[in-house]
Amino acid sequence: MWNSFLTDSHVSVRAEITTYKGGNGDEIHAYVATPIDDAPRGGIVLIHHMPGWDEFYMEFAERLARHGYNVIAPDLYCRVGHGTSDDVTAKVRAQGGVPDDQVVADCRAAREYLNALPSANGKTAVMGTCSGGRHALLVASLVPEFTAVIDLWGGNVIMAEDQLTPQRPVPVINYTEQLTVPLLGIFGNDDKSPTPEQVNTHEAKLKELGKRYTFYRYDGAGHGFFYYQNQMYRQEQAMDAWEKVFAFLADELAN
Amino acid sequence: MCTNIASTTAVSGSGKGVNGWFPLTQATVGYDHASHCEEEHALLLDFVNYDLGTGARVAVELDLPSARSLLVSLTTAIELAEASGV
Repeated sequence: MWNSFLTDSHVSVRAEITTYKGGNGDEIHAYVATPIDDAPRGGIVLIHHMPGWDEFYMEFAERLARHGYNVIAPDLYCRVGHGTSDDVTAKVRAQGGVPDDQVVADCRAAREYLNALPSANGKTAVMGTCSGGRHALLVASLVPEFTAVIDLWGGNVIMAEDQLTPQRPVPVINYTEQLTVPLLGIFGNDDKSPTPEQVNTHEAKLKELGKRYTFYRYDGAGHGFFYYQNQMYRQEQAMDAWEKVFAFLADELAN
Repeated sequence: MCTNIASTTAVSGSGKGVNGWFPLTQATVGYDHASHCEEEHALLLDFVNYDLGTGARVAVELDLPSARSLLVSLTTAIELAEASGV
């Protein structure tokens, strides 16, 4: 839980940009944040949002690590080159985004990276915000070795036929049958992607197929309401939702 | 990408970036999450030359009313330019 550290506890995190073998054996960058002790703990593959592999995601990874998890945040845009996050994102945008298959392969490899750490307890969640929420759901559906998934306002889980592209050829909701791990979903009721109606449709599908899920919907919040770096931030809703995230991770990644 | 709204076209011209002027080869027009402007989503204009690196980019983010006004101005200027015979 937030701010629950004891003042005499030794909370410390190692965090750095490193590389690992992602999909296709490609060496790609990742931000890895881990507590410094070797006590057994769960891992989290943290998938960045559409605006890129940016400072918010580094701080996001560090926060999760301070709460006791080994975290890897792969740079899904690594293959297009390097520069400031927004310049790299612009280049990816011009290419129509990164291919779903590539994201799945990078995250599968990221899970393997975490599980090779000496402190790994063998349980790994995958989570992300915005496009990363959609990617997290996609990865959890196609890589059954994951333990749990958190979708933070992932848009385009539901897509019409004319919205599909070579990069995103299948609506993620179509993979619901294959999802075997518990799902936490966090959404803002003022969001336009996903809309509350789309969240309802997704929930109906999960319910119909008997999937384990918990959805929380927040009034007065739209898309990206954790983002303290911009005007989308909603303090009250974000702090409540963070508690839901920590509680879910504690339940699902316990030793 | 969240909205998947983006189209790219080859262009010829010059842009001024952080390191001065450079030749442009491509423009992308999108509508997606803004990096800087106050809008959650914005009309995103990127003028780039990726032969010179990822940072060879002139970026503009506009709200939609501004983008519509710009479109009118562009169209007017192009029509006047073509009519002028210059």
